[in-house]
Amino acid sequence: MNTQKLKGSQIIIETLIEQGVTHIFGYPGGQVLQIYDQLYQNADRITHVLTAHEQGAAHAADGYARATGKVGVVLATSGPGATNLTTGLAAAMMDSVPVVAITGNVPTYFIGKDSFQEINTIGITMPITKHNFYVTDVTKLADTIREAFRIAKSGRPGPVLVDIPSDVQAAETFFQKGHEAEPYPEEQAREKDVKKAVELINQSKRPYIYVGGGAESRNMGELILALADKIDACIGCTFMGISCIPSKEERFLGMQGMHGRYASTKANWEADLIIGIGVRFSDRATGNQKAYVAGKKIIQIDPDFSEINKNINVNVGLIGDITDAVSRILENVDEAQHPGWMERVEELREEARSLRDHYETIAEDPFTTIKIFDAINEGKTDDTIVTTDVGQHQMWAGQFLEFEKNRKFLSSGGLGAMGYGLGAAIGASLATGEKTVMITGDGSFSMNLIELATAVTYRVPVVIVLLNNHSLGMVRQLQAVYCGSRYSATLPDRKTDFCMVAEGMGAKAKRVTDLESFKAAFAEGMASDGPYVVEAVIDTWELVLPMLPNGGTVKDLILEKDQKKE
Amino acid sequence: MRSVVAIYVENNFGVLTRVAGLFMRKGFNIDTLSVGETEDPRYSRITVTFDGDDYGRGFLIKQLGKLHEVKQIKLMKTDNNIEREHMLVKVRNTPESRAELKTAADLYHASIVDFNPDVICVEVSGEPSIMEQFLDMIKPFGIVEMCRSGIICIDCAGNLFDAAE
Repeated sequence: MNTQKLKGSQIIIETLIEQGVTHIFGYPGGQVLQIYDQLYQNADRITHVLTAHEQGAAHAADGYARATGKVGVVLATSGPGATNLTTGLAAAMMDSVPVVAITGNVPTYFIGKDSFQEINTIGITMPITKHNFYVTDVTKLADTIREAFRIAKSGRPGPVLVDIPSDVQAAETFFQKGHEAEPYPEEQAREKDVKKAVELINQSKRPYIYVGGGAESRNMGELILALADKIDACIGCTFMGISCIPSKEERFLGMQGMHGRYASTKANWEADLIIGIGVRFSDRATGNQKAYVAGKKIIQIDPDFSEINKNINVNVGLIGDITDAVSRILENVDEAQHPGWMERVEELREEARSLRDHYETIAEDPFTTIKIFDAINEGKTDDTIVTTDVGQHQMWAGQFLEFEKNRKFLSSGGLGAMGYGLGAAIGASLATGEKTVMITGDGSFSMNLIELATAVTYRVPVVIVLLNNHSLGMVRQLQAVYCGSRYSATLPDRKTDFCMVAEGMGAKAKRVTDLESFKAAFAEGMASDGPYVVEAVIDTWELVLPMLPNGGTVKDLILEKDQKKE
Repeated sequence: MRSVVAIYVENNFGVLTRVAGLFMRKGFNIDTLSVGETEDPRYSRITVTFDGDDYGRGFLIKQLGKLHEVKQIKLMKTDNNIEREHMLVKVRNTPESRAELKTAADLYHASIVDFNPDVICVEVSGEPSIMEQFLDMIKPFGIVEMCRSGIICIDCAGNLFDAAE
C-alpha cells in the first residue's frame, strides 16, 4: 500500500498537490514555518508565489480560480496574516469563487492565552467563508483539506478556510494518497417547475434573459444563446455575467442595473418575462424591487436554493443543476418570433448609440473614457483577461469592454473591494499564462499598488491602465447626486507620481494625456513581458452614466447630471 | 410572529456559534435557545424561538440550510406539537407568603426543591404560556433569582418541513 508516516506540514503539501493545485499564493510567518519548509523542499512540484501583503495573496488565489474554474489556494500565518486575508475571502464569498485558505495558528496548548500572533481565525472568518475548519488532530488533516476543496467547488462555489495549529503541522501520522475531490452531486430541477417555466416562456411576448455569475462560471454562453434564438429573446447580464456571452452577439445588450448600459436596463424594465440564470436580483441590479416586478413574470434558475425568492418574489424557481435546467427548457419550449419586441430592442440600441454620441460631443476633455476603452478593445486579444478595481473605472469597464470568451472579466462585484484588481491579475495571469489587463483608478490603485513588486518579481505580463481623475470619482459622483455636490473627502490633494512609484518598484510606466499616446503606450505594454503601467490622466468630472439611482425605477434613470465643479 | 425551529447539527466544535451567528448576521433576535444531544450522538438538536414574518421565516430557514453542519431543519407548527420549558425560581421566604406559595406550586405541579430561612427554590416545567402564568402568580412574593431552560419542542408525527421546500 501507498502508506507512510508523514508530518502534518507534509500532508498539507501532498494533499494540495493531490487536489491539482499548481500555484499557491501566500506570505510566510511564525506559525507556518513548517509548511514553508515543505514548500521549499517541494518547489519542483508546487509553485509558491510570494505577495507583498496577504490581501494581495487572497485576491491572487481568487483571480486564479476565476480565470481557470479551479480552486485557488492562499496560505497565511496566524494573527495578522489571517486578518489580512479577510477582505480577499469576503470578496470571494460575495462573488461565489472557489478558494481554499490555509492558515497556521499558535500550537493547541497556547490557544486562548493571547499568545503572540494569536487570533480566533475561525471566529473572524465564519461569516465570510462558505465553511471553515479548525484542525486539532493530525489524523484528520488530509480528509479535512479534501473536504474543504469539495465544499469550495460544490453547488454555488465559495471560499473555505482551514486553520491548522503549528503543533498539528509538526505531528506525524500515516498518510494515504487520495484523489481530487469531486463536487457533491447537484439536484435536478423538478419536472413540474420546468413545465411551468416553459409555459411562462410560451406565453411571453417580451422575453428577456438575464444572466449572472452563476451562468458565467458554468460556461453556459452557447446554451443561453441557443435558448434566446429559439424564443426570440434579448439577453442582458449582471456585472458578474459580463463575459458569459460574446459581446458581438446581436441579442446581447450587456450589463444592466445601476450603472448598466442604457438599452439593457430599459429592456429589462420593459420585458414581460425575465429568465434569470445564476443571478440574485441584487439591489444594485434591479433598483426599486417592488416596481421592478410589477407586470412581469419571473423565472429564476439558480444552484443555490436560498436565492429563490430572496430579493424578489418569482413565479417559478428552478433549483440545482442550472445547465441541465436550461437544456430541458430549451428542449421543451416552443419556437417563437417577437418582431415587435425585437424592433423595440433595436430602437433602444439606437437610442443608446445616440446617447453615447451625445456624451462624446458634450465632453469638455476630448480624451474620454469611451475612447480609451475603445482603444483597449482594439488593442487586446480574445484571450486577454481583464481585471478591475472598484469605482468609476470599474463601471466604465463594465459598460464599454467587449469580450469574446468566458472567464475573461474578473472584478469584485458583490463586495466591491478596492484593491482587488492587481492581486487578481497576478493570480489569473500566472494560472493561465495569458496577458492580463488591469483597469484601475487613482484611489483603488493606491490601496494595493504594493503588489506591483510581486508582478515585477514574477514577470507577470499585466498592463495596468490607471485612469487618474485625481478624485475618488464614484463617491464624488454619489455626492453630486445625493449631497448637493458637497465633495467630502473625495478630492484628495495627493502629489503621488504613479509613474515614478511604478518605476521605483521595477515596472515600466508611461503617463499619457491624449488618445494617440494612450494607444501607443498600451501597445507597448501589450508587447512587454513584465508589468507596465499606463497612467491616463482624465477629466476629474466625467460621470458614469446612465445611472439608476438607489431604489429608483427606470423613470428615474439619470442620463445627464449637472454638477458643481470645484 | 413567534416561531419555533428545530435544527439538527453535526456535533462539532463551534457549531452553536455558526447557528447563533447566522441569526445575528441576518438580523434576527433569538428569544430562547436550547441545545442537547439527540437519539443519534453524532447530532445535536438546537431549538430556537424567534420573531419573524412569513418571508423572514422562510429566508432564515433557507440560510440555515446552507450551513455545512446543519443536517435537517424543522419549522414547528403552532399546533399539533409539544412545547415545554423548565424553570428554577428562588422566591423570598417569609412567614406570610409561605403557605400561598405552596398552594401556587401545587396548582402548577411545581415542587419545592430547596428551602432555607431566606429563600424557597421552586422547580417547575410545562407549556411556555403556563410558565408565564405561574411567574405572574408568584411575582408578588418576590422573585430573587430565576433561570429558564429555553423552549424545547417536539412535533406530533408528520409536521416535517424541509429546508428546500
